[in-house]
Amino acid sequence: MQPTDIANPDYFHKVVDCQWACPAHTPVPEYIRMISAGRYGDAYMVNWKSNVFPGILGRTCDRPCEPACRRGRIEKEPVAICRLKRVAADYKEDITSRLPKAPAVKNGKRIACLGGGPASLAVARDLAPLGYDITVFDQDPLAGGMMRTQIPKFRLPETVIDEEVGYILNLGIHFKGGHKIESMRAVLDQGFDAVFVGTGAPRGRDLDIPGREEARAHVHIGIEWLSSVSFGHIDKIGRRVVVLGGGNTAMDCCRSSRRLGGESVTVVVRSGFEEMKASAWEKDDAMHEGIPILNWLVPKEFLHEGGKLTGVVFEKVKAEIDAKGRRNLVPSGEPDHLIECDDVLVAVGQENSFPWIERGIGIDFDKWGMPAVDARTHQCSRPGVFFGGDAAFGPKNIIWAVAHAHEAAVSIDKYCNGQDIADRPPPMTHLMSQKMGIHEWSYDNDIRNDLRHKVPHKDPALALKDIRMEVELGFDGKLGLAEAQRCLNCDVQTVFDEDLCIECDACVDICPVDCITFTGNGEEADLRGRLMAPAANLTQDIYVSKPLKTGRILAKDEDVCLHCGFCAERCPTGAWDMQKFLLNVTHAGDAAGEPACRSAA
Amino acid sequence: MSYLAKPKFHHPALEANSLGFTHRDYEGSISTLCAGCGHDSISAAIIHACYELAIPPHRVAKLSGIGCSSKTPTYFLGQSHGFNTVHGRMPSVLTGANLANRELIYLGVSGDGDSASIGFGQFAHAIRRGVNMVYIVENNGVYGLTKGQFSATADKGSKSKKGVVNSDSPIDMVAIAIQLGATYVARSFSGDKAQLVPLIKAAFEHQGAAFIDCISPCVAFNNHEGSTKSFDHVRAHNAALNELDFMTARAPITADYEPGRSEIIKLHDGTSIRLRKLDARHDVTDRGAALAAIHEHQGKGEIVTGLLYVEEDPQDMHMGLGTIDKPLNQLGEADLCPGSAVLERINAALR
Repeated sequence: MQPTDIANPDYFHKVVDCQWACPAHTPVPEYIRMISAGRYGDAYMVNWKSNVFPGILGRTCDRPCEPACRRGRIEKEPVAICRLKRVAADYKEDITSRLPKAPAVKNGKRIACLGGGPASLAVARDLAPLGYDITVFDQDPLAGGMMRTQIPKFRLPETVIDEEVGYILNLGIHFKGGHKIESMRAVLDQGFDAVFVGTGAPRGRDLDIPGREEARAHVHIGIEWLSSVSFGHIDKIGRRVVVLGGGNTAMDCCRSSRRLGGESVTVVVRSGFEEMKASAWEKDDAMHEGIPILNWLVPKEFLHEGGKLTGVVFEKVKAEIDAKGRRNLVPSGEPDHLIECDDVLVAVGQENSFPWIERGIGIDFDKWGMPAVDARTHQCSRPGVFFGGDAAFGPKNIIWAVAHAHEAAVSIDKYCNGQDIADRPPPMTHLMSQKMGIHEWSYDNDIRNDLRHKVPHKDPALALKDIRMEVELGFDGKLGLAEAQRCLNCDVQTVFDEDLCIECDACVDICPVDCITFTGNGEEADLRGRLMAPAANLTQDIYVSKPLKTGRILAKDEDVCLHCGFCAERCPTGAWDMQKFLLNVTHAGDAAGEPACRSAA
Repeated sequence: MSYLAKPKFHHPALEANSLGFTHRDYEGSISTLCAGCGHDSISAAIIHACYELAIPPHRVAKLSGIGCSSKTPTYFLGQSHGFNTVHGRMPSVLTGANLANRELIYLGVSGDGDSASIGFGQFAHAIRRGVNMVYIVENNGVYGLTKGQFSATADKGSKSKKGVVNSDSPIDMVAIAIQLGATYVARSFSGDKAQLVPLIKAAFEHQGAAFIDCISPCVAFNNHEGSTKSFDHVRAHNAALNELDFMTARAPITADYEPGRSEIIKLHDGTSIRLRKLDARHDVTDRGAALAAIHEHQGKGEIVTGLLYVEEDPQDMHMGLGTIDKPLNQLGEADLCPGSAVLERINAALR
């Protein structure tokens, strides 16, 4: 293998599995260490910079970081990264003085953000400190988009949304609520310098099966129903409720139903329980509230009597692989299954919908009705119009919307300054030794054996009585500290200097996870099989040195390295050092409100 | 060294041996020796050897004297018996322990000071009695604990860290062990586990006095230019006579070797070692040839390593003494004091 190029920012970034997996590349270990030190405000600001909505995401994020967490490969479960974010948000001091301010003198450029959800708000936050004059339009009276309308209040209290949306709107942003955009042409005619479309995926898919029309009054589209609940237009539901669908929206629907009079609520999914799109923890929370999830049932017909829904008939199915290797659901041959109910919530997916964007104004659409958007710059076929969030590439989640927004904001800033938007700014990286003494590091390298701590919940009997009562209590300071200590500090990198190594084997002998080997070089596949412990996880790199004095190389399998620093403590010559790798994605502006993404003139 | 205990987490793919232990289960507490000390590598080699042989840790007694080397038994086999003796007295305590309970596996760990100076006589007598043991000298050529004076194994002409040249002749531990009748004699290097681990395994299987002189660079006081026990010097002057493959009874012999280049040495209970000869002339069963090879390479400034001498049918101390198979410490009062009738009989026989 070739010696590893550690100067490539991606190499060490990949070692920080959580940060690499986070679409917004939040420096996770950095803020977890701050939580350990009780620096909640600092931890919050690290998050705020990267993901804009720490309090909201600390309750609702899809947590791509957690399945990636190295801890999950070493013991049973990953660090509760998401809920630690909430700890930072819950216990921070007043941070308003640390937020950027909109400059008194604007730069003369006007930006329209269509939709008031996470994508648009994050674009506004990135650009406002640079002096842009930004207007955010939304059909609803209050900003927040799906965070406010679709996520139930028992998961995300209104106060948290108000706070974090407020931080952004206070940057001098004009918010036009209750303003539904009917025509893109009309928006473009207003002469904005750039337009950002962050209108989400607002249309809930319907289920066109017999009885749908007749039972109309009792069959509701999930996201529309959640939105009505959110704004208080709906405050009750029938005693017996069936929720169709297996995503997170279905979980929110069923749990909301339990709080609005649904005593017997059942979730029904077409395919297997394991294949459901909902996050595992959301399924757990629903089942914890006494909601059964039935699987392998395909809805066939709504039964009704005099305009009243009486039940849903399901066909029992099983999965079969056809000749082409595709998986199909086929009838199992068992008798149909009837569930009697008073209301049905349909949560079988969301769609994008752009009836308001006229064709022929330079915005191209593909055959699925999606705009043709560049994955890197987020610009569509019409220069100066950018898409992000669910509106860009279909339904994803908040953290992806934020990541899109950062990229789109960079593009907008470059576009408005006449620069090439395809020329992307590299991330900012720092590599800093953590050595303070022979056994002292400026990070805590004592590896804790604690298993993942559970977040305390409200007593379900109480929680089910009030749809606005938050179910999760969050970690308290003590639990938060204990959970934070589980973090392995993967950003503190093992950096090897071949010129100093005397090949004494001390690091090999001390490594608790057998990840260091000195051996003859070879092709990667061969080398992976010859290490102290087999390096079977191909998603994790092997760190290879230049040839040493004996002609051998160092090969370190990054897979289960604990970042305990024992190799460096045992190294007599300092050939190993523990160095903190900090990577920050370059946003449109920096902390001082100065432009950061523009190319040198 | 580290103040922290080694983390408990281990690689999820670690294989367990037939006892269900991983090599991590053969570790001791964390070493307090200097970072990079060769002794820690020897401890690691012992750990791997015991793990690979699936030795039940509670069947091992590890004994040592005084010195850096003699501290190391704390750092491996944390579940075994241990005895840290007075300086240089490990061999006699080990001999006594072996007499009392011949069923344990005895591992004596010593250093060049402990065995070649203060305990030289003790070392000699344990070897010549043929005590069934593995005796490892962790040989760094200096007194590390007292800041690097030459030890009795330092080569004549080698330089101390301060530049002083050693004018005394060295004691060659392997040559002496062979002369004193050790039935398994090897030399190795802490920086070469591929050689060291099989040598330790074969020594454990050998039922007699097995002696290993292991050169172990002292990173603090004897790893400089002019030293003959530094990593660089040993690597540059290492003349390995052979390489060992350790084989359990049932393992098939798969590799093919050039004729005359490979030799099978039988150990007790069906295990054997296969020697891959790097020096085809060397016959490991010939005591005289072993001494000749040591002198020849020494003359060339080389350090001869590998298995130097082995007796395939060794005799140990218990055979010489004719002790019974049952360990003496398990004999009850009735065995030890058979009564006046027996005494009468013995007395009558002597009249």
